[in-house]
Amino acid sequence: MSAQAADVRAGSVEAAVRSLPDRAARLRDGTLAMGWAELHKLRHDHLDIFTRSVQPLLWLFIFGTALQHNHALSGGSGDYRAYLAPGVMAQAALFVAIFFGLGVIWERDVGQLQRLLATPLPRLGIVLGKATGAAIRALAQAVVLLVVIAIARISIQWSVQGVVGAIALLLLGTAGFACLSMILASLVKTRERFMGIGQLVVMPLFFASSALYPLAIMPAWLRVLAHANPLSYEVHGMRDLLLGISAGGWLWLDFAVMSSFLVVTAVVAAKTYPRAIL
Amino acid sequence: MTALARVEELERVVEVEGLVVRFGEVEAVAGISFEVGSGEVFGLLGPNGAGKTTTIRVLTTLLRPNEGSAFVAGHDVVRAGLAVRQSIGYVPQAISIDGALTAYENLEFYGRAMGVPRQERRERIEEAVDAMQLASFLDRLGRTLSGGMLRRLEIATALLKQPVVLFLDEPTVGLDPTARRLVWERLELLREEAGTTVLVTTHQMEEAERQCDRIALMDRGRIAALGSPVELRSRFGVPALEDVFTEVTGGRLEEGGSFRDVRASRRRSRRLG
Repeated sequence: MSAQAADVRAGSVEAAVRSLPDRAARLRDGTLAMGWAELHKLRHDHLDIFTRSVQPLLWLFIFGTALQHNHALSGGSGDYRAYLAPGVMAQAALFVAIFFGLGVIWERDVGQLQRLLATPLPRLGIVLGKATGAAIRALAQAVVLLVVIAIARISIQWSVQGVVGAIALLLLGTAGFACLSMILASLVKTRERFMGIGQLVVMPLFFASSALYPLAIMPAWLRVLAHANPLSYEVHGMRDLLLGISAGGWLWLDFAVMSSFLVVTAVVAAKTYPRAIL
Repeated sequence: MTALARVEELERVVEVEGLVVRFGEVEAVAGISFEVGSGEVFGLLGPNGAGKTTTIRVLTTLLRPNEGSAFVAGHDVVRAGLAVRQSIGYVPQAISIDGALTAYENLEFYGRAMGVPRQERRERIEEAVDAMQLASFLDRLGRTLSGGMLRRLEIATALLKQPVVLFLDEPTVGLDPTARRLVWERLELLREEAGTTVLVTTHQMEEAERQCDRIALMDRGRIAALGSPVELRSRFGVPALEDVFTEVTGGRLEEGGSFRDVRASRRRSRRLG
């Protein structure tokens, strides 16, 4: 390699490092701009939060009440409804997130996507901002659910750090699954096919996780799948934080898995997203 | 002075050289070259499938060309995509306004998206609102606006960063004559007052004839003729641009436009109606 080429390379590395703060600032501003828009959309459509909260409440009060005294399901700990509560919160957020990509297809059909991609917004910022939108919806839903749980006197352990931690985990998971959904949307490109794929993905994710029942009562093959499922870590951590069960000091792992899940899906989504316009 | 000689004197803000774009076997753009001078209104004309939208997508960095080069505002669209995106305004053929946000929120959002600093944002939005006459419907949700309102709002959102070039892809398609006239009126004012360069695609010949300084007639991915409307008419010895087009293409029926294009444009007309 000639000295000149080495100089050029060193120069471009230097330039890349120098532009880092600028790129970070653009990523922050872009994410905030997208998130701001998502928040305002939600403000014009707040009924959405309540209609979406019905399904998890049905799970909690019908499914949960029917199996209330089944101690095998609740991993041996008291009220099954309390055991189910974090699972149902995570599940409700998962449903919001996994169909979030529908918006990408809609935007592509109407022309918003082309427009967005021709602005200086960084791709990663667009994706993270959208994911923030899904997380905001999940947050609103989680608050509704927690209020209902409190009113129904379902015995979870109320502590500030427990609730804040559980919600943080929920938001990480929702953002990650929303990015996953955007990846799927940019690959399938039509609404009909996306709905099919969404259904195909969402139920296995839900059932092959600890959302409804503990990993311990699963057959071995399902347990393996559940261990590879980010939703299991999300629910595991939330149970730890809200119920004080299934702890074992693995809470850090739950956060680590959910954070890495978000980073990986966001980076991949930022790559596939622009391809949705083709 | 010919139109070309006039361009030679202007600063060139769009330079396209030997551009080729292929989709599999199909050459959507088959080696075109043209230049647009600062302050010009330049029209790309042709039937559906002629390669107009593909050309615009390359110039707005949405699509990489297979061959040739394109510079916008002095930046290479392939190597300096970000710099290009920072210096253009783009209104795609389809509706880019978010129907779930109000008109004002759309302006605010695109202001942020295009990197207009917070201190300047309000002022820029006010200018754009004046320029496109949006004041009467700023608080209405995007999905409740009429076609003419939407187009003006879109153009307003594209003006916030004072773009070097404004790209408009079929800006008046699906609009009734009144709305169409209003959109052009505002564009003319914009040009007189701010000297904005506009690159517009259309298949409305009369409209192009009236509004554009120069026109490139595209057919099957190539530029079949290029010049001012007057030059084109006299070169082909015909009374209207419509006839130039017939001369150039041999009066073929248009073949372009996929199922998706047709579906999308019908849906659009319905929304704009």
